[in-house]
Amino acid sequence: MSDTNWLYSRRTARREIKERAIAGTLFLSAAVSIFVTIAIVVVIAIEGLNFFSEVRLSQFFLDTEWTPLFHEKHFGIWPLINGTLLVAAVALVVALPLGLLIAIYLSEFASTRTRSFVKPILEIFAGIPTVVYGYFALLFLTPYLQKVLPDLGAFNALSPGIMMGFMILPMVASLSEDALYAVPRSLKDGAYALGSSKLQMIFGVLVPSALGGIVASFILAMSRAVGETMIVTIAAGQQPKLSLDPTESVATMTAYIVQVSLGDTPHGSVEYYSIFVVGGMLFLITLFLNFLSFKIRDKFSLSFR
Amino acid sequence: MLRNKSSEYLFLAVCLTVLTGTVLFLLVLMADLILDGVSRLDYQFLTSFPSRRAARAGIAPALVGSVYLMILVALISLPLGVGAAIYLEEYAPKTWFSRMIELNIANLAGVPSVVYGILGLQIFVRYFKLDRSLLAGALTMSLLILPIIILTSRESIKRVPESIRDGARALGASKWAVVQDHVLPLASPGIFTGCILAFSRAIGETAPLVIMGALTYVAYLPDSVMSEFTVLPIQAFNWISRPKVAFHVNAAAAILVLLTMLLTMNAVAVLLRNKFETKLEL
Amino acid sequence: MTETSEGIVKTTDLKFYYGSNQALFGIDANITKGKVTALIGPSGCGKSTFLRTLNRMNDYIPGSRLEGKVEVDGADIYSSKVDLALLRKRVGMVFQRSNPFPKSIFENIAYGPRIHGEKNKETLSGIVETSLKNADLWKEVKDRLNDSALELSGGQQQRLCIARALAVEPEVLLMDEPASALDPRSTARIEDLISELRGNYTIIIVTHNMQQASRVSDFTCFFLEGRLVETAKTKQIFTRPECKETEDYITGRFG
Repeated sequence: MSDTNWLYSRRTARREIKERAIAGTLFLSAAVSIFVTIAIVVVIAIEGLNFFSEVRLSQFFLDTEWTPLFHEKHFGIWPLINGTLLVAAVALVVALPLGLLIAIYLSEFASTRTRSFVKPILEIFAGIPTVVYGYFALLFLTPYLQKVLPDLGAFNALSPGIMMGFMILPMVASLSEDALYAVPRSLKDGAYALGSSKLQMIFGVLVPSALGGIVASFILAMSRAVGETMIVTIAAGQQPKLSLDPTESVATMTAYIVQVSLGDTPHGSVEYYSIFVVGGMLFLITLFLNFLSFKIRDKFSLSFR
Repeated sequence: MLRNKSSEYLFLAVCLTVLTGTVLFLLVLMADLILDGVSRLDYQFLTSFPSRRAARAGIAPALVGSVYLMILVALISLPLGVGAAIYLEEYAPKTWFSRMIELNIANLAGVPSVVYGILGLQIFVRYFKLDRSLLAGALTMSLLILPIIILTSRESIKRVPESIRDGARALGASKWAVVQDHVLPLASPGIFTGCILAFSRAIGETAPLVIMGALTYVAYLPDSVMSEFTVLPIQAFNWISRPKVAFHVNAAAAILVLLTMLLTMNAVAVLLRNKFETKLEL
Repeated sequence: MTETSEGIVKTTDLKFYYGSNQALFGIDANITKGKVTALIGPSGCGKSTFLRTLNRMNDYIPGSRLEGKVEVDGADIYSSKVDLALLRKRVGMVFQRSNPFPKSIFENIAYGPRIHGEKNKETLSGIVETSLKNADLWKEVKDRLNDSALELSGGQQQRLCIARALAVEPEVLLMDEPASALDPRSTARIEDLISELRGNYTIIIVTHNMQQASRVSDFTCFFLEGRLVETAKTKQIFTRPECKETEDYITGRFG
């Protein structure tokens, strides 16, 4: 019999150490993402506590005015949430029907060639920097809309909302298309076998079957719209108010954060802390929406197994 | 009503109108931008510093700042992101901790950019006292695009056939040798494609840098990673926010420069991807 | 075993699990040095799983578990101190589907010696030439060593993979249905090659082609439902098998 130690006789500690060092380094790179999340939570929590040591929770949730930069300070978050949701709603009104129509067209009517041509063009919308959309909203769309709606302010929720709608359009179209695509052939054939026309099949079978995935894409788009910053900062204005009128100037949560950052708010003041609280709210809202979207899509994809 | 053929044609007509309308809208926006800004694009504009007089202002510090920022972001986020992707695809045991890292990365990809801004402000600018430096900005942007880089790198690594790994392992290649000699060379075109797109996101982002206090008026070129800086989107934002129309023209011109940069990067990414696809037909 | 010659690979009560699925039920095998041993049996009988436990390629299957003992040259290869690089240098493997690296022909062969520390360019060239000659591929590729290995035909690619495995001078060569994806002519060349390698290498080959097993092997192991039913000289197993199951399989009554 030969030497039974041949398997580890030449084994050098150095080689093993190198392998372990590399594995450790790679693990640390992956762990960075955990630190980022922890850092976000810690930063928001600490500065948030500073904020709430000066502002009562009841003020934050019950007051109807948000005026931290005024002499007479009010810290009611609702006007900011109102503004955020108003602009997001306008964006969704644009993106949802257009996105869904495009998704249906791409999945049921378009040839492969048309798809390979249309999809990259749509992707351009997602790649344009938001500051550019802000430019379009403020300097192109608003003046144009003012010709139709003379009451429209120079800053308003409508115009940035519309531009934001185009920004999130590719996302809605592409995720909805994936959802339509996932519907099994047999379901469609079943509808045709019962004598449905193509449109009856689409609206009677296809869209209802894919509804989970479509809704998930809508929610994700909404999350994106809520977190968008530069378009609203540039074109929606700075006036926090409770209003459902998209022709007026509103302030969103994101725009408020930028507004404070641009000014020279002293570190340690309640205004300074307020951006962390607003950022924290934003973090929670988008986290909730992303999670909801993820859950719906998860459930939806299970239903076809 | 949905029965007959004519309603199908009507529906198709609506779809096509929407699609054409959308594409036309994009064209109109671009045309508007070019008409507004192209006249201002000249050597003077590219090489001048900001000025209170619109006609004498330029984008030199912003252009240089954007390029420097992107290089720094690439240096920071590429090794971190690719390292994390390699760990998750090739090393991670299937434990709850690996699963948590994955979920966490997916979540971070959906965190609004302003949140990264306040994170950068508090951690890099204040806690690490990096001030409003290029480095602080690059670190913040790197964290912002890190999830994208990890996700796109993982996709490319996944596409390397398992049989190649098996072949190398069967010869006695160590875990790292398999990655270094086979997985990374095969995945790298895909990784670079994804990363270029992520970098283009970084140079188009404005909000996090504004929040962490990047300047809007910089009268010098950054000369170290600790220099204060500005970037093209911030310069454009600044000019858009001014009431004078002449500055709006400057903004349009700055945006054209920014879009040209992005377009170039995207073209490079597409070229790389096309080359990659033909190469992976094993 | 009837033969008294030296064993080189020995397993004792080897059990293997994919999660909660048991794939191998206590295999006791003893593979003879310098001979060709064929592993036969119906699909899913565990012959490939068994083969892959011999160079620990099953280590990469998540949730898998192994019990029992595998010894190569008297050393327990599942001992915690084992250096996998050394194990695999000693126990080479050729896969069912040829898997050349998307690199040049030269680089494919030189890769193994290189990771085991060979840096000298002339030595490497020598190894490449010898390995390609041993794998009966040299004449076809000697003028195009720098071409991509992916430009070779399917049969050539598989012989390249054999050459690649030979380049690290293994003692044992594991072959997992090496000809199953090839046309008859390429298959014949692989079989000829196996015959030429006999004696210098211990070859363990999984095949579901019984003619192939009878043509190339000295010994045959018959697997059924995760058990090693019978091991004998190939001639004997194909003419007078001891077990009824073996006979049923060989005469084509199932499988």
